[in-house]
Amino acid sequence: MSNKILEVKNLVTGYQGKDGFMKPVDGVSFDIEKGETICIVGESGSGKSVTSMSIMRLVEFENGRILDGQILFCGEELSKKSNEEMRQIRGSKISMIFQEPLTALNPVFTIGKQITEAILFHRSMGKKEAWLRAEELVRLVGISDPKQRLKQYPHELSGGMRQRAMIAIALASEPDLLIADEPTTALDVTIEAQILELLRSLREERGMSIMLITHDIGVAAEMANRIIIMYAGKVMEVAETKDLFDQPLHPYSKGLLESVPRMDGERGVPLKSISGSIPRLNEVPPGCRFSPRCPFVTDKCHKQEPALEKRGTRQVACWHVDELFEKDLLAIKTEGGVPIES
Amino acid sequence: MNPNQPSKEPLLKIENLKKHFTVKSGGYFKQRKKVIKAVDDVSFTIYKGETLGLVGESGCGKSTLGRNILRLQEPSDGKVYFKDSNILTFKNRELRKLRKQMQIIYQDPFSSLNPRFTIGQVIGEMYDIHGFAKGAEKENRVKEMLELVGLDPSRYTSFPHEFSGGQRQRVGIARALALNPEFIVADEPVSALDVSVQSQVLNLLMKLKEDLGLTMLFIAHGLNVVRHISDRVGVMYLGKIVELSETDNIFDSPAHPYTAALLSTVPEVDPMLKKERIILKGEVPSPASPPSGCTFRTRCPLATERCKVEVPGLTEIRPNHFVFCHYPLEAGQNLKEVIASRGSVTS
Repeated sequence: MSNKILEVKNLVTGYQGKDGFMKPVDGVSFDIEKGETICIVGESGSGKSVTSMSIMRLVEFENGRILDGQILFCGEELSKKSNEEMRQIRGSKISMIFQEPLTALNPVFTIGKQITEAILFHRSMGKKEAWLRAEELVRLVGISDPKQRLKQYPHELSGGMRQRAMIAIALASEPDLLIADEPTTALDVTIEAQILELLRSLREERGMSIMLITHDIGVAAEMANRIIIMYAGKVMEVAETKDLFDQPLHPYSKGLLESVPRMDGERGVPLKSISGSIPRLNEVPPGCRFSPRCPFVTDKCHKQEPALEKRGTRQVACWHVDELFEKDLLAIKTEGGVPIES
Repeated sequence: MNPNQPSKEPLLKIENLKKHFTVKSGGYFKQRKKVIKAVDDVSFTIYKGETLGLVGESGCGKSTLGRNILRLQEPSDGKVYFKDSNILTFKNRELRKLRKQMQIIYQDPFSSLNPRFTIGQVIGEMYDIHGFAKGAEKENRVKEMLELVGLDPSRYTSFPHEFSGGQRQRVGIARALALNPEFIVADEPVSALDVSVQSQVLNLLMKLKEDLGLTMLFIAHGLNVVRHISDRVGVMYLGKIVELSETDNIFDSPAHPYTAALLSTVPEVDPMLKKERIILKGEVPSPASPPSGCTFRTRCPLATERCKVEVPGLTEIRPNHFVFCHYPLEAGQNLKEVIASRGSVTS
């Protein structure tokens, strides 16, 4: 029995467009081990949310389709499961929390009703018992005065409380894997810190695996064991958190790390930046998808797409890793950056 | 350090600025009026050529403050001096003249540009309204502006939807700078952008500020961004500026417990730099029913009985370092240690 809870192999997800399929996720592979937190980091349009929606098989409700690849959850193939079978897995073995809790919660039911619904769907127990269990869950996620809160409607709670309520629903049947899609993006920093702390303690207490999707490298640095960097529907780099920040291997990872102003960096100097912006789905460049924005681009990059290849414990998709690494061109330099005109 | 030290000549002086909203609450028959103090008695000065950063959580009133200074919203009370004249007394014609000198860059480049206007029209409108330029001259000026912000002038006739988020924000900047203003309020100008694009726009803002000698009020919630771009920083909480000082002072030796906690929660872009996090309990109270005394006391780890009854005043604890707190931290004091030592006294 392998230690992997989730294995995604060459996943391709497409949406029917005017002329053929648009593929926001185009050949993505990664895995998650038991008890591990992985972060998928990428800009908007990189396909990170569609990846998570594919794993939950929610893309089908939005006119999408899994076109190719395998999603193995505890050795079981999810992409071939029927809708009914998926319903048994969603919320019980894999749960998901979303970015905007106000739209994800149902406004016409109380928090208590929504949590007990999640409990009763997967467990056979009485309503009273379920309500007690809900109280327990709500206390677990750090909501004070649970009895009162369960009777309230989503609009009566603040953003942080709503996110906690969502986490309570997601935990209702003790999932093995929690997918969190930008769980703190809509929240303030002080509340973000509270929610991240909560996720961290839940992982430690229950040995649950977490797949965290974020655009904030800082959040990833704090939470992740491993980080997956995505760009335009492809995985660019996979590395342990420490390794990535020590030495990114992909020019895009380097650019991403450098463009964030650091709290200990020199102030007022021009920041390093990546010129241009992420391509739209219908104008994905040939060859390496990052090539139009890459400072180290060569002819080969425009013509052939590099595969995600192993390099020690890490994986990188770049033709020139070895060369760039040897010349020390990938080291992070944040101070006295050169302004890159665009 | 920034080589171009801003002068000490005040450009804007804000005195006791207040913006109160009245909201109706309760049922149809039992209507009650509640007053929300979005900006509550705020005074500070913005010096010529500086970038003043304003940080705070959502709902703390930082955007409202920015809008009130520009008179895009009418303040309830107070004074705003722009070059020695109180602009709150200005009437139509004077106000319109003033608008040439003060402009705003909005957060969302998607909703702040009219989708039916071409980029040329969006920026050209500024010249129409203020009777600056017409016809071919106007077009030339607009093209100059586009070049200034790093956009291709040939895209004069393109519509906003043809641009990416970062490019749209550049259009917003070009519009704000079209009339050559002296003062700019940048209201979360990079929050809606992706990180790689965010740094492009920040670089552009820093460069333009330098080249054009702008004075800027930079409103943002991203502390790392504010730290990078600002000369001085003000921290807002529930409608009040609770701490104001030079950027290095704020970030190296914060005096207000709120600032200290806020700084400790910023996710650091380096897993090696694990800090001791001070997680504030609870959330920002509703501005409709703020706590008595110091408004931060409900979440403050240092709060005492005194904070409940006595409203602290804004005091200058160190040169140019203003704090709104009864128990400000001394330079080099660590909030976590202070909490620990306090704990041993009370328990």
